[in-house]
Amino acid sequence: MIATRETVSAAPAAQGPQETFVLNLGPQHPAAHGVLRVLMTMEGEWIQRAEPVIGYIHRMHEKMGENRTWAKFLPNTSRIDYLSAMHYTHAFVGAVERAMKIEVPLRAEYARVITSELNRISSHMVWWGALLLDLGGFTPILYAFDDREKILDLLEGLCGARLTYCYYRFGGLYNDVDDEFLRGTRDFVQHLRPRLKMYRDLVTDNVILRKRLTNIGPIDAEMCRRYGATGPVIRGAGVPYDVRRMEPYSVYPRLDFKVPMYPECDSMARYLVRMDEMEQSLRIIEQALDQIPTGPFLAPKVPRVLRLPAGDYSYAVEAARGRFMVRIVSDGKEIPYRVRLRAPSFSNLSLYEEASRGMILPDALAMMGSLDLVIPDIDR
Amino acid sequence: MTFLSLEPIRVLLYLVGICAFVGANAAYLVLAERKGAGRIQRRPGPNEAGWAGWMQPLADGLKLLAKQIMVPPGTDSLLFRLAPLLVMAPPLMCLVTIPFGENVVARDLNLGLLLVFSFGSINVMALMLGGWASRNKYAIISAARVVSQNVAYEIPMLLVVITLLMMTGTMSLQEITAQQAGGFWHWNLFKLWVNPLMPVTFVIFFTCMLAETNRAPFDMAEAESELVAGAFTEYGGMGFGVFFMAEYANIVVGCCLATVLFLGGWQSPIGILSSGAWGLLWFFLKTYALILTVIWIRWTFPRTQFYSLLNLSWKILIPLSLATLLLTGAMMKLPLLWRALS
Amino acid sequence: MNPTLDQLIAQFTELIGPEAFAAAAAPAVPPSPPAATAVGTTGASPAAGGGVPVAAAKPAPAPAAPPPPLQATQHALKGYDLDARVAPNQVVDAARLLDRAGFAIDAVTGVDWLAQEEMEIVYDYFHPSQSLRMVVRTRVPRAAPELPSISGVFPGANWHERETHDFFGIRFAGHPNLKPFLLPEDANFHPLRKDYTP
Repeated sequence: MIATRETVSAAPAAQGPQETFVLNLGPQHPAAHGVLRVLMTMEGEWIQRAEPVIGYIHRMHEKMGENRTWAKFLPNTSRIDYLSAMHYTHAFVGAVERAMKIEVPLRAEYARVITSELNRISSHMVWWGALLLDLGGFTPILYAFDDREKILDLLEGLCGARLTYCYYRFGGLYNDVDDEFLRGTRDFVQHLRPRLKMYRDLVTDNVILRKRLTNIGPIDAEMCRRYGATGPVIRGAGVPYDVRRMEPYSVYPRLDFKVPMYPECDSMARYLVRMDEMEQSLRIIEQALDQIPTGPFLAPKVPRVLRLPAGDYSYAVEAARGRFMVRIVSDGKEIPYRVRLRAPSFSNLSLYEEASRGMILPDALAMMGSLDLVIPDIDR
Repeated sequence: MTFLSLEPIRVLLYLVGICAFVGANAAYLVLAERKGAGRIQRRPGPNEAGWAGWMQPLADGLKLLAKQIMVPPGTDSLLFRLAPLLVMAPPLMCLVTIPFGENVVARDLNLGLLLVFSFGSINVMALMLGGWASRNKYAIISAARVVSQNVAYEIPMLLVVITLLMMTGTMSLQEITAQQAGGFWHWNLFKLWVNPLMPVTFVIFFTCMLAETNRAPFDMAEAESELVAGAFTEYGGMGFGVFFMAEYANIVVGCCLATVLFLGGWQSPIGILSSGAWGLLWFFLKTYALILTVIWIRWTFPRTQFYSLLNLSWKILIPLSLATLLLTGAMMKLPLLWRALS
Repeated sequence: MNPTLDQLIAQFTELIGPEAFAAAAAPAVPPSPPAATAVGTTGASPAAGGGVPVAAAKPAPAPAAPPPPLQATQHALKGYDLDARVAPNQVVDAARLLDRAGFAIDAVTGVDWLAQEEMEIVYDYFHPSQSLRMVVRTRVPRAAPELPSISGVFPGANWHERETHDFFGIRFAGHPNLKPFLLPEDANFHPLRKDYTP
């Protein structure tokens, strides 16, 4: 349409001097990491309001939980956040063990810690590469995947899966950790230390990266609290909240590690938290490798068909993205009455609308990258 | 060699030559870029089509040609189709005055530099038209970015070029090259006795060149993680292909120009062996070294923010280039003043 | 900002009110009180984090006597430290109380008790700087499941409540935007209701 005097004067003047438009970012957008859609009301490149629209890969895991046995639901849990499957199965297995009062052998607990921390590192590596992709740096993701491949190989040797591990069982593990795995993990720890230093030299200290993340996307402790944001988001806001410390589970109390915490509240703080977490995970793995005892890897006499005592039980773990809690309600039958999955990405994204207000588009996307979203985790 | 002096044949030869040069460069720079990216990212890069992937550009080109060019409904279809042509034409025109060798230049205009910059500015308009005509929000944001980015970077670039013009006293690129004869210490880049800030000037020029050609870390126009594909979002098939080729053609022009202005053009770095084919060799060596640097930068750095990009131009590059301009003027005129006084 | 368990128990005892405790105590003493010790109106609280672990062996589906409205539970057994049962109109007050105490919203969810014709809404809270977990639960009649929204207190509850509305059809009065969230835009079914058939 050609803008004539008539069409221009007929344009609605009631909207006032500001002209806004709605940018429908996603569900197929390179920065959306899957199928996240954000309805952005923009004024130029400035965001007035960004409303995430989710549910595009909603699979109703919670309903699936209500029509299969406890054991049959176990593989589902590794498909919620496919990047930290170990933690999610750990939470579900832990909840059932808590209800059944199953004593897990010490060797299994140590193996769980080792595999969980390996999984945390591999998850953070995907985040690291993807964040740099969001920022327009293409190379780091291939370096990260190079190292991540080694973790996947190790875990594949244990349980056959490379991504959606279902390695934990009620009362222990699917099979024992063999010497090959333990040796390989020790080698990997030695391998990754210098690589993390290289990551720091190559990317973390890059001036463009610093400029793009420092003072961008402030999320303070109060906002985290009101929205229930956890994981590196709350630790990047100066709160040393870590489920491994606050609600200790498995053998984490026996291990010495720091909870990385940065008080800056910006995207760079969240970035640095995750980078430090990889180093702490290496420390945990090393200690666990030194301490792992010999013995059984599965608790004896775990019934084949589980009937959980009636009541509700919850179990929280520190997944790569934050607090993951499973709340199960049992009515004494062999299938769950209710399974509630509290996903960290869900809460972490829910603050996006408030946090992104008034930001410029590229910064808002950088902030989204620093939240480390996994869309299946949000949609469940 | 008399037939070369026949004007129509000469024109025809250079026309074909330049088109072929741009085409081959665009095609094989994509391959070089992908191979370079592969090298940087510790992977082989394209290696299936032909020997070590050498037929890859052909495969890509055929694929793009075979695709239908969709014109989305509601767009300004004339401008939508015109934009790729407009973006491709300026680099071709710019190459007319670039001296590749001692005698290899299509037209040695005495206002060559002016021609290069006036055609170079059309590029912006073409991208803006493409973005506007696409009737897509990402494309329009990108178009707005392209305009403000190019305005911001045109200024320091031209200020730097004026500095050079003050030193050379001519706009003919062949003459500028001729002045840099006799070894690399005679190149404009190293003429520190005329202007000690000359290397800084070169860095400003190179940065502006990156920004003008919308290359990483200044690829605001495409910014695929923010704006999907920016101004090219709605383009498919060869429409997109031409934009892509134009990007590389612009890089070639920019690097050729940097070579001529700062690195002595076809002059040998050692002072001898500059004539004939040797000149061509030196010219292309320098140009491709610059192009590989451009590729290297792209695969190493993340993208800058849009406002820090503008800040860089308005707050750092423009004052700096103004300072070099003043300094050069002072350095050139002070001896005269000295002589007049004494 | 870092309340002890005893302080929380006292505050919740006040919030819930003595009538509820009396009502819970009235219908005969349950043969084996589930989960943990009851906290009497007198404030005679057990040791923090204590409680008697009895939860396990209770075969009946739970139609027995209602448990006391405030229980201190063992974290190792249940995964939380304090379990409060409040009236539907008290959830906002409970949220305010916990907000003042520095708690963070963990999750909001529902449970459909088809047999009792009731819907249970469970609010999980965690404390960001303390090892303390709190569960607030309430029940509404299944025929008209409606209760006030706590999204004014904890904006993070906004999404959880939308999700609960999606899955259970529970209406949260005062919620700013109670449209389908994880389900399709035109969804008019509530899949986690026990009588839902696809």
